[in-house]
Amino acid sequence: MEHSARHTVLFTTILCVVFSLIVSAVSVALNDRQVENRRLDKIKNVLAVAGLIRPGEALAREELSRRFETKLEPRLVEIATGSYVDVDDPMVYDQRKASKDAARSTVAPENRAKVRRIPNHAQIFLLREEGEITGIILPIEGYGLWSTLYGFVALDADAATIRGITYYQHGETAGLGGEVDNPRWKALWPGRLAYDDSGEVAIRVKKGRAGPVDQDPHQVDGLSGATLTSNGVTNMLRFWLGENGFATYLDRYRLGKGI
Amino acid sequence: MSKPRDVLLDPLIDNNPIGLQVLGICSALAVTTKLETAVVMTVAVLFVLVSSTVVVSILRNQIPASVRIITQLTIIASMVMVADEFLQAFLYDISLQLSVFVGLIITNCIIMGRCEAFAMQNGPWLSFLDSVGNAGGYGLVLIVVASFRELFGSGRLLGYSILPTVSEGGWYVPNGLMVLAPAAFLLIGCFIWAVRAWRPDQIEEEFHVGALLEPGYEGDLR
Repeated sequence: MEHSARHTVLFTTILCVVFSLIVSAVSVALNDRQVENRRLDKIKNVLAVAGLIRPGEALAREELSRRFETKLEPRLVEIATGSYVDVDDPMVYDQRKASKDAARSTVAPENRAKVRRIPNHAQIFLLREEGEITGIILPIEGYGLWSTLYGFVALDADAATIRGITYYQHGETAGLGGEVDNPRWKALWPGRLAYDDSGEVAIRVKKGRAGPVDQDPHQVDGLSGATLTSNGVTNMLRFWLGENGFATYLDRYRLGKGI
Repeated sequence: MSKPRDVLLDPLIDNNPIGLQVLGICSALAVTTKLETAVVMTVAVLFVLVSSTVVVSILRNQIPASVRIITQLTIIASMVMVADEFLQAFLYDISLQLSVFVGLIITNCIIMGRCEAFAMQNGPWLSFLDSVGNAGGYGLVLIVVASFRELFGSGRLLGYSILPTVSEGGWYVPNGLMVLAPAAFLLIGCFIWAVRAWRPDQIEEEFHVGALLEPGYEGDLR
């Protein structure tokens, strides 16, 4: 059908306005729920790496929040100095956004985990039981085969024994590298040692099978068919537990604890 | 004018958007490693397809011919954003797994194809039926492919263990190919083969390049 130029301009203008209103309205109406989903997702992953949720256990939203609030204390840490930073609500800190902001991050030295920028502050979680710190949960990220993997590593109160590892976002091949999500693989981590006797990061994902925890404390089974994702996990742990990552903080923490 | 029943049922097998027209292949590769994501993707495509074709159909006499494609795209893109917002609000875990592929529904040729080829010429009711049929045809292939890939690739269906895998203490050695994109190509190929063996009228006429040079050739050069 032929239409005049006036009709065309009018029609497209109205169309754009109407549809942008629809999209904005939906976005605004659902925003609270989406923000809450993101918060709960983070909480769920922190609880999982701390061992406070069993694999496959489904919890109601309220129970997730309750467990998180009674057991975990979010803190901000200045990575370079390893000291705590006091803020009103550490939960609202968006570390990924900060990593992209030149004013709030620094360029990382060349590293195998392909971390480009290190945020000035990191959001960590302290696991507390009856007032005592019983675990430290640190954010980790690094490149695997296809994607950057984002996750957490949890350490015991000695800041050296691994308590757990979990990834909450990655784009690795399902069934191969995607097996970083497999509870059986994650169950191999607790009890392994992050550092060797000289204080260097020694934990690594080897190719093939590692021995039991007491005989082979520094190695974890590789993911079969996913050597590059396995190496990615090793590289990011080396980076984030090393001197450019949380080593300074962990040293300070150990001094404070008198270990 | 076609009959409502045919409009609804034709796209399932006889005129399947993936099987016969070979449209919407990229998303069929990407979201079919697991049945759950395939089902959610089907629902998202159903919503986008139905809402955009109905809107296009209602506006069809007002849409200026010179800007009709971009008009359709505006409508489709808006509906995709709405679908994405809903997924993030109500099915957060699955929306993380679908990641960019929800946004990429915009580029799914099935949707543009139905808007342009059907909704621009037919009323809202017929367009609605046509969209449900086409989304059903798309979903049918997705679900068949995803069932095979999840079952043989990871021994599970909808996350429940069906064939206990070796890594979980069972006997089944998962087929690594199934979780990679080429497996979807193979399975879609097998699907098309099976449908065409059953319905030989879907087989295209063989096309000779030489025919172009013959005197009196009147076929169209697609």
